Amino acid sequence: MKKVCCFVVFLIISAASVFLMSGCSESYKATIKVYNWGDYIDKDVLESFTTEHNIKVIYSEFATNEDMYAKLKAGGEDYDVVIPSDYMIKRMINDDILYKIDLNNIPNYKLIDDRFKNLAYDRENEYSVPYMWGTVGLLYNKKMVDDVVDSWSILWNEKYKKQILMLDSQRDSIGITLKMLGHSLNSKDEAQLEEAKEMLMDQKPLVLAYVGDAVKDKMIGGEAALAVVWSGDAIYMKRENPDLEYVIPKEGSNIWFDAMVIPKTSKNKKEAELFIDYMCRTDIALKNAEFIGFSTPHTEVKSQLPVELTSDKTVYPGVDDLSNSEVFEDLSDTLSIYDRIWTEIKAK
Amino acid sequence: MKKNWISYPYVVWMIIFTLVPLVLVIYYSVVSVTDNGIALTLQHFKKVFEPIYIIVFLRSIKLALISTAVCLVLGYPMAMILADRGLSKRNILIVLFVIPMWMNFLARTYAWMTLLEKNGPIETMLSNLGLPPLGILYTEKAVILGMVYNFLPFMVLPIYSVLSKTEKHIVEAAEDLGATPYIKFKRIIFPLSLPGVISGITMVFMPAVTTFVISELLGGSQYTLIGNLIERQFLGTMDWGFGSALSIVLMLLILLSMGVMSRYEKENEGGGLW
Repeated sequence: MKKVCCFVVFLIISAASVFLMSGCSESYKATIKVYNWGDYIDKDVLESFTTEHNIKVIYSEFATNEDMYAKLKAGGEDYDVVIPSDYMIKRMINDDILYKIDLNNIPNYKLIDDRFKNLAYDRENEYSVPYMWGTVGLLYNKKMVDDVVDSWSILWNEKYKKQILMLDSQRDSIGITLKMLGHSLNSKDEAQLEEAKEMLMDQKPLVLAYVGDAVKDKMIGGEAALAVVWSGDAIYMKRENPDLEYVIPKEGSNIWFDAMVIPKTSKNKKEAELFIDYMCRTDIALKNAEFIGFSTPHTEVKSQLPVELTSDKTVYPGVDDLSNSEVFEDLSDTLSIYDRIWTEIKAK
Repeated sequence: MKKNWISYPYVVWMIIFTLVPLVLVIYYSVVSVTDNGIALTLQHFKKVFEPIYIIVFLRSIKLALISTAVCLVLGYPMAMILADRGLSKRNILIVLFVIPMWMNFLARTYAWMTLLEKNGPIETMLSNLGLPPLGILYTEKAVILGMVYNFLPFMVLPIYSVLSKTEKHIVEAAEDLGATPYIKFKRIIFPLSLPGVISGITMVFMPAVTTFVISELLGGSQYTLIGNLIERQFLGTMDWGFGSALSIVLMLLILLSMGVMSRYEKENEGGGLW
C-alpha cells in the first residue's frame, strides 16, 4: 500500500510541476502562436505587432512541411497561424484541420495580386492567404556547363556524369521528370509514372547526390555543375557565387506557394486573423519581402522593392515564363505510388 | 523498501518513454484505418517482405556488417595498445581517443562531408602530391567510412575495459609455460576478451544498421537504408502503419542478433552491456 501511495504522490508532483510551469501570468490582451519556416520573416515585424496590438507572439520554426505536419498531427501545440506550402495546405484541408478564414477580417487581402488567388490547393480561397511564392528550376555553373540550359533533359546528359545534384524530394524529382515528358506534375496515371520512373532509374548513374539543404554549399563551392533548386535558394546562391545562373526550363515547372492558415487547434481565431491581416499590410509585407528576398504576391510591395531585385527573372519570372508551369496538388492515395517509385529508384 | 522507492522515477520513465511508444508502434503496425473504422490487418507486414524492401534490409545489414568488421579489425589492436600497462601516458592517449566523442555526432558527419569534397582538403592534398583523387564522397565507401569513424569508440572501449581487467598472472603463466606470442593471444588473451568483443560488436552493429543520417549526408541519399525508409514513412508518406511494421521487423532483427551473440557470451566480465 505504501508503495502505491509513493507512486501516486510522485505522479501528482510531476504532473503539478508541468502545470505550474505553464501558468505564468501575463499583461497581454492575448497570446498567439505562429509556426513558420526557418529564416522566413523579419523578426522586427513580430515586435511591432505586439506593440501595436498588445498581443504577444510566440514564434517557432520548422524545417520541412512534413515536420510541421507531423507535429501538428501529433497534437500538443495549439498554433494559431501556420505558414506551410501549397500541397500541404491541400492535405490539411482534406484532413479537415484548418479553419475557414473570414476574409472580412482581412481587409488587406485585396492588396494581393489576383493571379495568386483561387489556386489549385485552395480553389475557393477559403482557408489560406498567400505569403510568398517561387518556382523550381535549374541552377547551373556557367564555368562548368557550355551547353544551352533551357530544358530538363540536360539532367540526362552523359557529359555531366556525377556533376548533377537532384533534390531529395519525391514530389519535385518525379514532378520535373513528368514535366520533361510532357505530362502534368500532378499525374496520377500509372503508365506516365512508370515512364518517369524508368527515366529517373536511367539518370541515377549520372547523379552525384540527392540532397536537401546541402545543395547550397555544394553549388556555391563549385562541387557540381547542375542542380535542381527552389528559386528562393537560387537567389541566395547566385548572390554568393556569380558564376551560377537560374533558369525555368521550357517544358514548364512547379510554382509553389507558402500561405498563412489557421489550424483548428487555434483558440484565438480573431487574433490570428488580425495577425494575417497585419502581415498583408504593405509596409509589413515589404519588410518581409526585403528580408527574405523571395517573390511576394503583393502587387504594391513589388513596385516598392529595389529594381535590381524585381528585374531579376529568378525572383520575378514573367507571366510567359510560367505559362506551362503548375501548382502541386495533394495526391492523396497516389502519394504511396510516388513513394514506392522513389524507394525503387533509390534502393536500386 | 527505501531502495524500491528510488526506482520509481525510472519505472515511470520507462513506462512513458519505452513501454507506451512500443505499444503504440505495435498498435499502428497491425491496424489499418478504413472508411468503416479501424480493422486488424497484416498488410503492413506483408509489404515489408516485398522484394524491393528486402533489398533495402539486405543493404543495411551488409553495410552494418562491413562496418562492424572494420571496427573490430581496427579497434582490437587499438584496445590492446590502450590496455598495455607498460604504456606511459596511457591516460592521455585514452582522453585523446575519446575527445572526438564530445562533439556532436551530426557535426562530425558534416565535417566528413566537407573533408571529402571534390574541392575539399583531402582531395586537394592528394592532387598536390600528384596522386589520383579518392572520389569516395557519395559512394558506399563514404557511408562505411562514416559508420566506422562514428562507431569505432563503441568497439574499442568495451574491449579495452575487459582487457585492462585481465589477470596479469594468467598471461605470465602462459609465458612461463613457453607459449609463443601467437599462442598466447589465441588461447589466452582473445578468449578472455570475448565478452568485450561481443558487446563491442553489438554496440557497433545496432547503430550502424539503424542509421539514416550517415547514408543521407555521406551517401548523398543514393543508398537507402532501413533507417531512411522508416524516417520517410513517418515524415514523408505518412504511412505510419508501414513505418511501424518496418520498425518492428528491424527491432526483431536486432533482438535476434543479440540473442545469437549472447549465446556465445558465457559470462559478463565487466564488458557486457546487459
